[in-house]
Amino acid sequence: MVLGREFEEMCAQMYYRGKMFGFVHLYSGQEAVSTGVIKACLRKDDFISSTYRDHVHALSKGVSARKVMAELFGKKTGVSRGQGGSMHLFDREHGLLGGYAFIGEGIPIGLGAAYQVAYSRRVLGNESDDRVAVNFFGDGTCNVGQFYESLNMATLYKLPCIFVVENNKWAIGMNHPRATAPSGIADNEPWIYKKGPAFGMPGVHVDGMDVMKVREVAMEAVERARRGEGPTLIEAETYRYRGHSLADPDELRRKEEKEHYAARDPIPQFAKYMVANGLATESDIKALEAKVKEVVDDCVEYAENSPKPDMSQLLENVFADPKGFGIGPDGRYRYENPGFTAGTAEVS
Amino acid sequence: MMMWEALREGLDEEMEKDPTVCLMGEDVGHYGGSYKVSYGLYKKYGDMRLLDTPICENGFMGMGVGAAMTGLRPIVEGMNMGFLLLAFNQISNNCGMLHYTSGGQFKVPMVIRGPGGVGRQLGAEHSQRLESYFQSIPGVQLVACSTVANSKALLKSAIRSDNPIIFFEHVLLYNVKGEVHPGDYCQCLERAEMVREGTDVSIFCYSRMRYVVMQAVAELEKQGYNPEVIDLISLKPFDMETISKSIKKTRKAIIVEECMKTGGIGASLSAVIHESLFNELDHEVLRLSSQDVPTSYAYELEAATIVQPEKVVEAVHKVCGTRVAA
Repeated sequence: MVLGREFEEMCAQMYYRGKMFGFVHLYSGQEAVSTGVIKACLRKDDFISSTYRDHVHALSKGVSARKVMAELFGKKTGVSRGQGGSMHLFDREHGLLGGYAFIGEGIPIGLGAAYQVAYSRRVLGNESDDRVAVNFFGDGTCNVGQFYESLNMATLYKLPCIFVVENNKWAIGMNHPRATAPSGIADNEPWIYKKGPAFGMPGVHVDGMDVMKVREVAMEAVERARRGEGPTLIEAETYRYRGHSLADPDELRRKEEKEHYAARDPIPQFAKYMVANGLATESDIKALEAKVKEVVDDCVEYAENSPKPDMSQLLENVFADPKGFGIGPDGRYRYENPGFTAGTAEVS
Repeated sequence: MMMWEALREGLDEEMEKDPTVCLMGEDVGHYGGSYKVSYGLYKKYGDMRLLDTPICENGFMGMGVGAAMTGLRPIVEGMNMGFLLLAFNQISNNCGMLHYTSGGQFKVPMVIRGPGGVGRQLGAEHSQRLESYFQSIPGVQLVACSTVANSKALLKSAIRSDNPIIFFEHVLLYNVKGEVHPGDYCQCLERAEMVREGTDVSIFCYSRMRYVVMQAVAELEKQGYNPEVIDLISLKPFDMETISKSIKKTRKAIIVEECMKTGGIGASLSAVIHESLFNELDHEVLRLSSQDVPTSYAYELEAATIVQPEKVVEAVHKVCGTRVAA
């Protein structure tokens, strides 16, 4: 969680210093969800999918912080070779199936990974394959059609797919109740977790500022999925301390709301818990914070010193099989032309 | 055999060979596919490999992408190609672009296939030609089959390809009869097919328009013309070797397509020909495309919307001049 917070705060600094560009969406405040679900409950071979607010999901899943920072700087040592950016972090080795810019479009992707696991068990005979896929998205996403299409298919095919809604109450400038109708006839609240049972899966609500509570709820959902009992919908009540993105003036959220959630900051909350329960001392925590600061500084140095992408990258990864660029007038496949590796070949 | 049987045979062979190949779509399992392409296969391979999906194109297209990224080779069927408009988000953003955006980490070895084209009075929404809409999506290949032989051979290649392939079948061609290639024959996805060698004019076509052109050719032969007919097969990328060789020989080109004129496959091909073969041309490239109108239900209006053989004959007269039969 500390790494997540330090990393995100560093991103803000780097952005305002002109090292990072475009749309950057920071996760500060929501760390308990990422740590509670991913770090605490998932294995390296499990899958996660996210949205554009994906930096800390990547870190929790074990993706190298150096490679994430390099990606944000647009360098070729980045996770996506500088081709994805903040909103499109991918890491095959750690099962990060993507950050996605269009909210909702990552959910069927995670579902597809879960389908692949079910296929592995039921068709290919790997009965002990108990990997799971977890989809992360926000309150705004819960009105996108793909969300509902995926909930239905997850239950229908009994897939090991877990849906985690990080309800931070705001979709850019849309306060959740302004975008979402109440979830029941006698209800005045737009609860998201209540939509789970409507699609045949358990719906659970949890305090997303408390990492231990998130972990408890996530553990149960993950174990359920591993046993082959199907999907779960988890709604985590959380808050982002910064605006929607670094370009958001954040004028609509009231001071009282921000102060309320600042008081529930997951990091000092958990630090208190650890000290109170003898799991760590104050000086342990100080040492941890110092170490994290070193790690993040190292990431920035790594990213700064990394080279920019080569021009060859312009054409290289468009197709897995570069035959897709076709055959030129000379009868050769276009990728066979020398200009291809310099990014200067005629390909259309 | 008929084209639907050839496609079915290709599908069956590839599914038997590779256990990661699976088909997902509406009514592909128990119903056997709206045009029988997967008829009875669920009995052999089971419900997971012939997955009957609910009606949620964008959702199941994305599910296919996720499955492809994590090791399967799914074929996603649009019951009618037109329905895939609902899956445009997943096809464009994830299918097409994901290999690049992930820095080459994830490949998407998918085939997206289904019946498209103008049928018999099916109305505007069931008569769409999506090849022009999907054209600009980077990272996908567009292939259109047209004969019994090439349909099976191309489908096998498409399934084996590591790239996402959008595979266009035509509603009116499923019952066309012909022979398949023997054995495990796979046809190259990037090459055009020479249908008829000639000297007077190069006629480029694809899918059902191949038959419309050949009908016109029967008439043109009687009139003493000798057209060269090339079936593009690969709508993206274009096989520039076959195309440029032909134009250098005949010096005249006509494109006959079923998609609409605006932004069609012909629009791209015409531009490329003019740009790269300008001095090889004696006449500007003629494009015969469908009218830029929704397809009517009424028979005569529908017929007037698409290219008919007479129009092809007229176009050849225009570029070649009138001829006296030998």
